[in-house]
Amino acid sequence: MTKIELTVDGAAVSDDVEPRMLLVQYLREKLGKTGTVIGCDTSNCGACTVHLDGTSVKSCNVLAVQANGRTVTTIEGLADAAEGELHPVQESFRECHGLQCGFCTPGMIMQAVDLLAENPHPSEEEVRLGMEGNLCRCTGYHNIVKSVLHAADKTAGGVSA
Amino acid sequence: MIPVKFDYLAPTSVEEALAALGEHGDDAKILAGGQSLLPVLRMRLNAPEVVIDLGGISSLRGIRDDGDAIVIGAMTTHHDVRDDHLVKQHALLLSKAAAEVADSQIRHRGTFGGALAHADPAGDLGAPALALGAQFVVAGPGGTRTVEASDFFVDLFETAIGDDEILTEVRIPKHTGWGAHYEKFVRVAHQWPIVAVAATVRGSIDEARVGLTNMGSTPLRATATEQALAGVSATEDGVREAAQLAADGTHPPSDLNGAADYRQHLARVLTGRAVLRAAGV
Ligand SMILES: Cc1cc2nc3c(=O)[nH]c(=O)nc-3n(C[C@H](O)[C@H](O)[C@H](O)COP(=O)(O)OP(=O)(O)OC[C@H]3O[C@@H](n4cnc5c(N)ncnc54)[C@H](O)[C@@H]3O)c2cc1C
Ligand code: FES
Ligand code: FES
Repeated sequence: MTKIELTVDGAAVSDDVEPRMLLVQYLREKLGKTGTVIGCDTSNCGACTVHLDGTSVKSCNVLAVQANGRTVTTIEGLADAAEGELHPVQESFRECHGLQCGFCTPGMIMQAVDLLAENPHPSEEEVRLGMEGNLCRCTGYHNIVKSVLHAADKTAGGVSA
Repeated sequence: MIPVKFDYLAPTSVEEALAALGEHGDDAKILAGGQSLLPVLRMRLNAPEVVIDLGGISSLRGIRDDGDAIVIGAMTTHHDVRDDHLVKQHALLLSKAAAEVADSQIRHRGTFGGALAHADPAGDLGAPALALGAQFVVAGPGGTRTVEASDFFVDLFETAIGDDEILTEVRIPKHTGWGAHYEKFVRVAHQWPIVAVAATVRGSIDEARVGLTNMGSTPLRATATEQALAGVSATEDGVREAAQLAADGTHPPSDLNGAADYRQHLARVLTGRAVLRAAGV
């Protein structure tokens, strides 16, 4: 067992974990943050995307011990839940119907927030490229791209995590 | 699936990491960004008893100017290589190729040194490093040595790095102001190329360097094409003629993505495109 201390969605947490434990497992099984989902076994789908020290990573391809001393933001910490508000990108996905079954959505939103932080005014092609690590089996991507572009317009690019 | 149990070490200096590697030998594995190693461990294709994480060694991260070369620390991420101003100025080809590696999330974690040490013949950074004449600085129990790019890539997933050694940094001779392009042919977004071509040119065209990805068990230089390009004017016809030589002497693999002769055809076509784009045509 290895001791880790980190900040998850604004709260300091510490635990003893097996070094082989994946960050996504830690989030789901130890912290109960099941908003972050696992969609594949090969680090291809991006459903598990979270932010590690402010940039997007696939949490199935990071060990929990590698997050020691760092800050993790999941889909559950993106908006101020206590205030009952959604993050502008979450709102945008709802307004533009950027989902069908919703399984890819947490990862899509986390990646979209990262994309817009780096490039506040992306073109449609830049959105498609920037989201290439996130797979969706339902939508055909059309409304996902629309949601990201809408979020960029709505906030005049001022999106942050 | 999750990996088999292992012990985890997080050294904070290269010396400490080398000592751990010396102590555990074959039972240990180095962890850099983990973007290749963790999938391997999760599929249980490998089961080291000890994993030595280089993530806590800050001296291995960053890019610096060193006179006639820029030096890229092994733990610098693909994302940082892509965006770095020294890289853009003096080794534009690496910035272009790093932008084509995997996807945004993986580029935030995966490292320059890790990708080169992994030596996947379909990896996107080997051919540009080879084309630019990179020098690999490797630390071991006996001190530090430098390996030329032409000696670094030995075979599929095999480099000149010894079991008791760590790649610490890579020196890239400056190619200041050279145009560059990385032309990658893929079937699926964010995946490894079926074939890719790394081209960088001085003037239009005084000199050219051309590297090939996935055209053999290691990255290759298209030397016949490079020679034919020297002094050619950067027009469609001149460049395409030189590009016809790009697959000469290669022995690419045949697999589900393409047969060997198809890959040779791709190498010729993609070389033409890459060189023209590099020359700004
Ligand atoms: C879905 C997916 C898509 C991908 N697509 C691409 C792609 O299109 N193109 C591409 O090029 N790559 C691709 N990759 C691989 C990615 O580029 C990896 O980041 C890279 O290959 C390995 O870098 P790393 O830092 O993650 O190394 P790790 O995975 O940590 O290590 C890789 C290997 O190198 C060894 N090693 C690492 N660092 C050192 C060192 N300093 N000294 C000695 N040995 C060392 C490790 O022991 C291990 O054997 C993809 C990966 C995934 C999961
Ligand atoms: S679950 Fe992490 S990429 Fe698919
Ligand atoms: S909405 Fe079903 S996978 Fe994307």
